[in-house]
Amino acid sequence: MAQGEIVAGCLAPHPPHLVYAENPEQNEPVAEGGWEQLRWGYERLRDSLKGIEYDAIVILSPHWQTYVGTHFLGLENFQSLSVDPIFPNLFRYHYDMNVDVELAQQIHDKADKAGLTVKMMTNPDFRVDYGTITTGHMFRPQWDKPLVVISSNRSSAYYSVEVMQEMMIELGKATREAILESGKKVVVLASNSLSHRHFTTESDIPEDMSKEHITSHAMHLWDMRIIDYMKSGQCQRIIDEMPEFTEQAIAETDGGAFTWLLSTLEVPNYPAILHGYGTIIGTGNAIVEWPVYKHKEA
Amino acid sequence: MTNGEIVESFVVPVHPHTVLAPEQNEGWGRLRKAYDDAAKIIQDSGADLLIIYSTTWPSIIGHQIISDPNPEWVMVDHDFHELGSIHYSFKIDVEFAEQWNAENKSRGLQSRCVNYHGFPIDVGSVVALTLLNPENKIPAIIVSSNVYADRSETTVLAKACRDLVKRTGRKAVAITAMSLSNRMFTEHIDPKDDRIHSLKDDEWNQKILEFLSEGRLEDVGQLSRTIQRQIRVQKVVNFKPMWWLSAMNDNRNNLTGNVLAYEGIHGAGCAVVNLNPTPSGFGDKEYDEDDVEIFAGERGVLDSNTQQESKIETDDGPALWEPTKAEGSVNTDAAPKPVGAYPHARRVGDLIYLSGVGPRQPGTNEIPGGPIHDNSGKPLNYDIKEQTHAVVNNIARILEEAGSSLDKVLDVTSFLVDMDRDFQGYNEVWAETLGKVGPTRTTLAIRALPTPIAVEMKVIASI
Repeated sequence: MAQGEIVAGCLAPHPPHLVYAENPEQNEPVAEGGWEQLRWGYERLRDSLKGIEYDAIVILSPHWQTYVGTHFLGLENFQSLSVDPIFPNLFRYHYDMNVDVELAQQIHDKADKAGLTVKMMTNPDFRVDYGTITTGHMFRPQWDKPLVVISSNRSSAYYSVEVMQEMMIELGKATREAILESGKKVVVLASNSLSHRHFTTESDIPEDMSKEHITSHAMHLWDMRIIDYMKSGQCQRIIDEMPEFTEQAIAETDGGAFTWLLSTLEVPNYPAILHGYGTIIGTGNAIVEWPVYKHKEA
Repeated sequence: MTNGEIVESFVVPVHPHTVLAPEQNEGWGRLRKAYDDAAKIIQDSGADLLIIYSTTWPSIIGHQIISDPNPEWVMVDHDFHELGSIHYSFKIDVEFAEQWNAENKSRGLQSRCVNYHGFPIDVGSVVALTLLNPENKIPAIIVSSNVYADRSETTVLAKACRDLVKRTGRKAVAITAMSLSNRMFTEHIDPKDDRIHSLKDDEWNQKILEFLSEGRLEDVGQLSRTIQRQIRVQKVVNFKPMWWLSAMNDNRNNLTGNVLAYEGIHGAGCAVVNLNPTPSGFGDKEYDEDDVEIFAGERGVLDSNTQQESKIETDDGPALWEPTKAEGSVNTDAAPKPVGAYPHARRVGDLIYLSGVGPRQPGTNEIPGGPIHDNSGKPLNYDIKEQTHAVVNNIARILEEAGSSLDKVLDVTSFLVDMDRDFQGYNEVWAETLGKVGPTRTTLAIRALPTPIAVEMKVIASI
């Protein structure tokens, strides 16, 4: 069996506003557009990967929050209605997604072997979180690739960002090893925003873009600093500054997805491609691709 | 209309173990037994409404209130999915939900009702309602816990609800679905090995329960910030349910408390506590915090234009006056400032005469339901029902300041600027509120009012 590979890694945020604005047939509410900068960013990301073959998508979403270890979806198919508990006016999405259970189990086993607490989720009534669905839809609306869905362990809340990073770096290594041994070609996605301070009010027309902006200048500066590191291939500095960034920008990196992503990519030192940046209800969101296929190791 | 009241209050745990696996651990079984005992207390209380403040339903855009009359689905816990699924079908008091939502807005809170098929009722609410109301006999209300809300916002949320309970004559049970210490074991454990996560957490929990068993609810509320720092995992949710529950009980410290059970669930401190309004004779308040009635926190966050528009609107309206003071006059910060030299009300003998009351909001001067025209006089669409609700709420606050209440209103003269458009909506709200009290009423059409509002009422009440 040929060795598997990670063909690309992406920062792929999940605010449900993006799906809402796209008006896919799966989503019940209807929008007049909005958040185009980010939706165009997702278009560019999809175009960028158009010619790249891969077998599966691995997503870590901050909205499947687990406190007892890291969990993996462990059934082949999930179908239901996902209603966002925070923005139910925007996101009521009928999903039908397939899971690569074999790969999920392989990552689970590797992580278990590495000493992490892990569990497969095999309850058929389980509703998949809206973060996974939003990122899944925006990244590949055809839903024609099986997914591996990984929960977000809340170790940053229980312990510290430093402990979270240790665990997520370990999980990233386990993910990478499992993928390489699987013989499959895989895209890995971290589903999170950058700065994460929300507005606490919503305009009468949620997609009214005259109301959309970052919540504060400090949040903007932090987002730009992290984006500069990504664009210039300085991902180790992101890891190093993650505690300050997470605290000061109230960043959604507390969920561990970003650290996990960088670890699966072995903390890349080559430039990432910034496909888009924009704010959603005040939070900062970047769509970023690490084109691993262009930087294959010998 | 009789005065409503909170007839019982409860603190209950949120984890699904008490529903799905009480037999797997003796402590979980004792919590389940306590839940069953609590259900019996509720049944015997004659309650007609269950109100749940759930810490496992976080919200961002203010507070959300379920208004689906019959939410049904299957709930699976994100962490403990291997325990199984809970099928739920609840009965929601939609009318109360909508009234509470309107009352929240009139007090400066961001608030909305949620009525969508398939909306995921949170695990804490599902567990609480499944066990406390097993036959679904009593209609329920579920409200979210806003992640950014602090004491004032949470307290005003509760007071809006409490006053509505009183005004509408309901016999309500206030329930907080919550953990005490919320640190769980981060590894899998054998159910038989479950216990409170640490001695430190256990000692703090015991202190909280000692206070609650003495009915000292407000004391626990005032310790919320300390408790949050000592035994709560940060960023999961602030320890604010005690603020809500205390305000629901008039911030009292002399309730009759009874701890029905206290155990660990996967390390978290879980208790079923009953608080009855019967005075216990225990402690008084040792210190107090701001007794806030209206939320005046920062809300104009969408952009600077909004603030500018609001300011222009205020600038273009009539000047606001401090209410005048004379013998028998009654004034309150909980009502909008007058637009001339007069008091909010004046007491003569056993009667209280109110100046004309509109829907403007105290502090912000905003008009619920929107103004009827912009600064240039261009007509705007507005909601007469929201405006009328706001008028009634302002009347209630002035009467409360005077030592009276809505159910003592004797006579009302109402003024509408557009009788054809607004009479029906105004009349519906009247029937839901003052109409239940039974004062005499006269409704007049007039050309305009001093501010861009559609309705004003002149009230006479007894003390």
